[in-house]
Amino acid sequence: MQAFLDSLIRGWGHDPQTWVWTQLIYVAFMGLFSFAVINFAAVTAGIFSWAERRVAGRMQSRVGPNRAGPGGFYQWIADAVKLLTKEDLVPTEADQFLFRIAPYFMMVGFACVFVALPFSHRLVIAEMNVGVFYIIAVTALIVVGIIMSGWSSNSKWSLFGAIRSAAQIISYEIPAGMALMIPVLLSGTLSTQGIIRAQGPWPWEWYIFHDPASFAAFFIYFISALAEGNRTPFDLPEAESELVSGYNTEYSGMRFSYFFLVEWGNMWVMSALATTMFLGGWQVPFLPVTDAADKIAMLSGGWTVLAELASIAIFTFKTLFFVFIVMWLRWTLPRIRVDQMMNMCWKYLVPVSFAAVLFVAGWMLVIHAVPALDWIMRIVLTAGGAITLVMFWLRTLQNIKDTGDKFDFTSNW
Amino acid sequence: MNSVGLPHFLIVGAALFALGMVTVVTRRNAVGILMGVELILNAANVNFIAFNHYVDAPGRLTGQVFSIFVIVLAAAEAAVGLAIVLAIFQTFRTIDVQETDLLRE
Amino acid sequence: MEAVLFYIFAIGVVVAGAQVVLRRNPIYGAVSLVACFFFLAGIYVLLSAHLIAILQVMVYAGAVMVLFVFVIMLLNLKEEELGEMHVTTMKGIGLAAVLVLVGFIAWKALTPVQFARDMAVNEQIHGFGGVKAVGNVLYRSSVLPFEVTSLLLLVAVVSAVVIAKGKI
Repeated sequence: MQAFLDSLIRGWGHDPQTWVWTQLIYVAFMGLFSFAVINFAAVTAGIFSWAERRVAGRMQSRVGPNRAGPGGFYQWIADAVKLLTKEDLVPTEADQFLFRIAPYFMMVGFACVFVALPFSHRLVIAEMNVGVFYIIAVTALIVVGIIMSGWSSNSKWSLFGAIRSAAQIISYEIPAGMALMIPVLLSGTLSTQGIIRAQGPWPWEWYIFHDPASFAAFFIYFISALAEGNRTPFDLPEAESELVSGYNTEYSGMRFSYFFLVEWGNMWVMSALATTMFLGGWQVPFLPVTDAADKIAMLSGGWTVLAELASIAIFTFKTLFFVFIVMWLRWTLPRIRVDQMMNMCWKYLVPVSFAAVLFVAGWMLVIHAVPALDWIMRIVLTAGGAITLVMFWLRTLQNIKDTGDKFDFTSNW
Repeated sequence: MNSVGLPHFLIVGAALFALGMVTVVTRRNAVGILMGVELILNAANVNFIAFNHYVDAPGRLTGQVFSIFVIVLAAAEAAVGLAIVLAIFQTFRTIDVQETDLLRE
Repeated sequence: MEAVLFYIFAIGVVVAGAQVVLRRNPIYGAVSLVACFFFLAGIYVLLSAHLIAILQVMVYAGAVMVLFVFVIMLLNLKEEELGEMHVTTMKGIGLAAVLVLVGFIAWKALTPVQFARDMAVNEQIHGFGGVKAVGNVLYRSSVLPFEVTSLLLLVAVVSAVVIAKGKI
């Protein structure tokens, strides 16, 4: 970002080293970027809230919100306005200061992630050499916010929800972190853009199909990310049948909406991170960008813009696909018990993730000695993945045909 | 005073150390004492990194690596310390360190 | 800019650290400790120790403080167990002595002294304090301490479980 601003200042005919206003420009642009990022996060979270209800409606053979605007699309704006105008209640017995500040802690932890998340070939706010570590670190702030909100509410349900959530997030951070270390091992960098540059545009060049361990790591990461985002089947912290609503029981109005903003926005974060780490990120077919050669930058004029837009579209498509899978899981799977949740993490995911890291380290030595094995393994895994997808697709079509899907897309949609 | 130099960082470290020391000495609550220890360890870290930046030869990172070890040590210390606090609470039903005096009698 | 940021972070560190001492309620202590460590991470960034700053946030805010808060919640202390804040003459004298001493040290230390090097030297070295540079030192020259640390962590994990659980 600094390089970009420096070039901008040079474009105005000043030297960034000596010009008086340089620092002020930096600060102003930091503010501008933060504003843009927070708005992006809030708007995506809002749209996801609408999409989630529509998907849920589709899966449960009902309609979902369809009154406000085309397909009920303006529903999320109406909800936001409603929440904004509601009274902001603080219970008398609550710890006033912590109760008020807790949602902001969560918002900060959530919004900070977007600084290191890439959106396209050039569109990233800061390309840090500690990118992945940074994302893992600032996500930890959300736990602090959850614990503060649960404790300060001074209510049994909130406290139980907060303790469950903290235990869950802290436990699942270990397999998630270990799984994310595998792309880092393979690419030799922690920078999110660097990891994408080390992959290629085609599926057999992605890290998910690199070797069996990274294939497993992708699923370990996905499960752990579901748990960290308190999504079903891991939504024990807000299990409404047991805990009213968990740590956010006592909240209302705008503060309440922050919790849901974080939850829905987290779907983007986890999907974008999965895309970045395992699925080749924004790489455009036929225009691979590596550390050595940048084919997008080599294009001229309008083609560069077109390639840039294509990279945004590819990244967004992959991310939204995973967001849809997360919603799909939520409305198909039942909630698991607390002991099952802990078992799953400590007895299965943690050992498997450690084994996967060791395997990848060994595999890297093997393919260094016999480079042909690398391509054989990649192609075998990609073919296996493609066959599984096709069989799944056919099976689903067969099921739809057998049961007779009667969803009406024309009249009452 | 436009530029910030080594003394500024050392003063931050010293203030942090003093605060940690006061916490350790005055608190009777065992968890509070552990928090004080964390403050003291971080004060040491500030000094390590500041000296590494200003005094060590350019490009050398010994101080930063040492502070990684301090962070690891602090995490291990917190885990064991809090386990001890839990054990104390199970035995005495309190974590006031002045009442945990079984060995004195 | 660096000076402004330094003063913001430094004042944050000291104020949040003071809260740890002054607040009787351990939950407040833990939360202000989190804030204190965040400001410290900012100070590490100013010292161009980027990796350490991230590790600081990850280990302290992510793990250690959650552990603290968890234990505090498990113990569920009542207000009367926390004790009162007593203000005595001795404490007053102590505070005055500390202030005088700190003022003296600050006055002595901040008198301008010429240093051989300043901030800019290390910042011009590419990747100073980044992952690659720190990793090179960590895994080459101090690989033995690194391995010993893993042993230490293992011992800590096992002992924490044994002590807290009692019967396995």
